[in-house]
Parts: sequence; C-alpha cells; structure tokens
Amino acid sequence: MACIEARGLRKTFGSTVALDGIDLRVEEGRILGLIGPNGAGKTTALNAILGLTDYQGELRVLGRNPWTERDLLMRDVCFIADVAVIPRWLRVSQALEFLAGVHPRFDRAKAEAFLAKTAISQTSKVRELSKGMVTQLHLALIMAIDARLLVLDEPTIGLDILYRKQFYDSLLNDYFDRNRTIVVTTHQVEEIQHVLTDLMFIDRGRIVLSCTMEDFEARYLELMVLPDHLAAARALKPIHERQIFGRNILLFDKMDRNQLATFGELRTPSIADVFVAVMGNHAGATTPQGVTR
Amino acid sequence: MSSHSSTMPEFFGSQRTEPILSPTNPFMWSLRREIWEYRSIYLAPAAVAAVFLLGFLVTLVHLPDKVRAVQGIDPIRYREVVAAPYDFIAGLMMLTGILVSVFYCVDALYGERRDRSILFWKSLPVSDLTAVLAKATVPLVVVPLVTFATALAAQSIMLILTSVVFLANGLSVGMLWQQISFFQMSMLLLYHLFAAHALWPFPVYCWLLLVSAWARRAVFLWAILPLVAIAGFERLLFHSNSFVMMVATRFIGAAHSTTMTGPDMFPTNPMTHITPFRYLGSPGLWMGLFVAAAFLFAAARLRRDRGPV
Repeated sequence: MACIEARGLRKTFGSTVALDGIDLRVEEGRILGLIGPNGAGKTTALNAILGLTDYQGELRVLGRNPWTERDLLMRDVCFIADVAVIPRWLRVSQALEFLAGVHPRFDRAKAEAFLAKTAISQTSKVRELSKGMVTQLHLALIMAIDARLLVLDEPTIGLDILYRKQFYDSLLNDYFDRNRTIVVTTHQVEEIQHVLTDLMFIDRGRIVLSCTMEDFEARYLELMVLPDHLAAARALKPIHERQIFGRNILLFDKMDRNQLATFGELRTPSIADVFVAVMGNHAGATTPQGVTR
Repeated sequence: MSSHSSTMPEFFGSQRTEPILSPTNPFMWSLRREIWEYRSIYLAPAAVAAVFLLGFLVTLVHLPDKVRAVQGIDPIRYREVVAAPYDFIAGLMMLTGILVSVFYCVDALYGERRDRSILFWKSLPVSDLTAVLAKATVPLVVVPLVTFATALAAQSIMLILTSVVFLANGLSVGMLWQQISFFQMSMLLLYHLFAAHALWPFPVYCWLLLVSAWARRAVFLWAILPLVAIAGFERLLFHSNSFVMMVATRFIGAAHSTTMTGPDMFPTNPMTHITPFRYLGSPGLWMGLFVAAAFLFAAARLRRDRGPV
C-alpha cells in the first residue's frame, strides 16, 4: 500500500490556485523532500495530507481519507506544521501528560529521556523556553510517537546550525526505518540532500520534477568547464549556466557522462542548483520574464 | 541551546517492536487541558470569595450588637441579620460563574486559532467533536461545580467564624445553626446552579462557542450583533419583542420552572419549594438542549474547516 496517494488533488482560495490537480504517490519507507518557492503550494499539499484543509480530487493517506478521518489518521501520523504552535501556557509536564492521555502510540519514557538531555525543565512553561528549546520540545514529543508517517514543514526554523545537523542525522540514523515514511519541506535544501530518497519540486500548484535521488544523481551533472571547451560545452545545451571565480559552471540534464568528462570537471549538482535551473526554465516557459511567485 | 545540543542522537533508537497501544481517554484529557489553560475558571471565583470574606470579617465586629437587638424579639429580622451574607456570597458566586462561563465560551474555540496552537491540537488523535464537547462541558459541569465548591468553602469559613464570635459574646450558636440550615442551603444552591445556570442557558453558551469557532475577530461582537439585528427587525416589522424576551428568558428565566416560590425569594432560601419534575418536563428546557446540540455540532464542523486566524 502506498503511504500517500493523490490523484487530481486541487485546491483553490478564491481565484488563486494553490494546488492545480497534482498526482502523487509516496511509497512506505521513503524520505521525500518537497521543494518549492514560497507560495508554491507545499504547505497546502501538506495540509491536505494532514486533514487540515478541504480539497478536490482523490487523496488517501495510509488508506484513510484525511479530511473526514483526521482523528484516526493522527494515530499513525505526526507532524510539525510550523514553528511555535505548542501553546505558550502549556507546561512541559502537562504536554507529556496530555500526549500520554490521548495518544495510544506515545512513549512517555522515551520523550522524558530525550528531554533529560536538553536544558528543558519539565516544570517550565512553553513561554519560558527559547525558540530553539520549543522546537526541541516539539521534536521530543514527536519522536516519542511510534508513527508511520512523519510530516515536517520547515522543521528546523529557529534552530542553530549544530542542532539542525544533528536533527537530520538522528532522523536518519535513529528514527527512520523501512516502515516509516517522512515528508519534509524546507528552504535549507542543502541540509537534506544526503537525507532524501525522493525529491519533488513544486511550483504554482504543479509538480515540476519528481524523481528518486538515484535518478537525480544519474540525470543531472554539473560541469566545471575548461575555458577552451566552453563553446563546445555550450553547444550541448546546458539547462543552466553560472559563473564562480571566473569559471563557468554548466548544468546538464540527461547527458552522456563520458562525453562531458572531456570538457572539464564533473560532479553531482546540489539540489539547490538544479532547483534554480528547473524553476528558472519553468517560470520562463509559462510566464513573462521576471514574473515569479 | 548550545552546551546541551550535542545530545540529540541516541534516543530515537527504534528497534521496531510491535506497537503497544496504551489506553487513552481523549475526552477526559481534553477537559483537563481546558482547566489548565483557563485557570480563571477556578481563580476568579476564589478571588471573589476571598475579597468577600475580608469584608465579612469586618462586619463581624458589629454582628453581636445587631443580633442582640433582634434575638428573641423578631425571628424574621434575626434570620435576615444572620443569613443574609450566606445568600449574598451564593449570589456573588452565581454571578461570577456566569461571567466566567461567558468569557470562557467566547475564547474557547477562538483562542486556539489565534495563537495557532490549534495546529498542535489537531496533530493529535482527538476528534473535533471530542474537543468541542470537552469545551462545552466547562460551562455545563465544571463551572457549576467550581462555583458550588467555592461558595460552600466560603460559607463554611463564614459559619465557623460567626460561631466563634457568637461563643465569645455568649450568644446561642444552636439558634444560629438552626437558622442557617447549612445542608439544605447547599443542596438548594447545587440544584439551582445546575438547573438555572447550566442546563437552562446552555444554548446561550453553545451559541457563544459556535461564534467562537466561526469568527476571525471580535467574537463577542459577532455573538451579539445577530441578536440585535433580529430584535430590531422584529420590532420594525411586527412591533413586537418576542425574540428579545426569548433570549432574555434563556439567560435569567429558568427560576419560574425550577421552583415554586415568590419572585423575591432567594433560590437558596430554606422556604423554597423546588419543582424538579416540572422543570424537567418543561418543553422549553428540551427545546433549548436540542438547539444547543445543533450549535455544538456546527461548532465541531467549523473547527475542522477553520485554520488559524
């Protein structure tokens, strides 16, 4: 069974189209990165998956209809929707008690063990915690839930670099296993490149690119071209070109590796670079120059 | 968040064992969460009672003289002198309870959208209906019980203090206790709180919850405006006030069917003759509860549809 399956998923706000009929299939045990500019429809898509918003089209999450069965779905799904949604008046101990009281898959001992290794005191109220600590608390609660789908919407906003790195490391090494599925959106694309198994670019409510990371690595190549070969390399129609320290960096899609290797140094591009190239071309193809949303 | 931040990893160790489902009680915990969040539910009555007790302490100074003036001469005046403060604190607690319930209901479904915490609550396996029912339980059960308990505690303290003053002044404590008839007074208060302050005006509280789930701002205004508009409309078209009367009766009108006493008699007066069967048989009560149920159902639907404001 697919973890998430959507067909013709559509959502409009007045005349604004947030999701323009997307098809989506996420198998169990994948880590999917949903990447897109602001207003692309990422959060709307996640909200639909989590039963937070109504939609048109078909959508099943773990075999359930999220809009009508949210409470049942949430036994198997966890999410961090945005920063600082834990109510400020709540005490840490109350958060633990409440989760233990309502969530059949919450392991209080696990959450307490995690909290014990942070500076968060159980008697503190959320309003007394720093931004980073609130996120730590939320993560401690989420990680102690034995869920099948974890949805993270910009999970590391407000965290320092050290903690962000550890967050993704522990997500991969300790939390993730073959039975769990993770969907993550973030603007800090470079941090999750090594974590993902699947990648999806979304722009103006449409899926622009959807592939596994293996496909991504096989498909996109970045060439740091030697000056002598620049014209020849350009003739192969790179999808993007940029300059760093006077060197030209050309990005190719579906090009023969051996052929390119003769023009200079080859490497796998970062998601961010491919994102810029794909989004740039996508925007240029459908809207007048300079119009981005 | 620096020295401790190197500690994250080893926990999430998830040797996947078969999931053990712990027993849960979403309704009970949702209700507890309301009491955690809205501490005024018990702090407001406690504060009002404390202030009243301070004032009562001052009046104790003059009490022996007043009692001596009427004791054995005018039994009705005697009762008024010694029992009046007990009625007064009961009335004060009732008023506080109404205010607490109104302010609670106005904020209950709006506050969680305003501070975006609704996203946290919705990330947990608690249905919207459970959450709304827990919130409706506050004015229906929690506030009357808290009001009762606070009034009872205050009255007990008052009775003990008065007895001490009576003993010190050589006045009859037996006569005092006979006049106060504490147990009967308390039971009447409990009956009145549930019959007249919880069940009867329940549709009003549910209406406030509904608007609280719907409005994007100014909940109180949105709760009142339609009522004013309908009343004005009726006045203009039909030159009548039946809508205003209906709403007013909802708030203060239950006393007619809960008891059979004169209009001036305080609900906890021992002479009160309660009529629970007439009350439970009145169509107005059941019609109101039916409307309340409809409001709650609509509020649960709105909670699902509406995101943070």
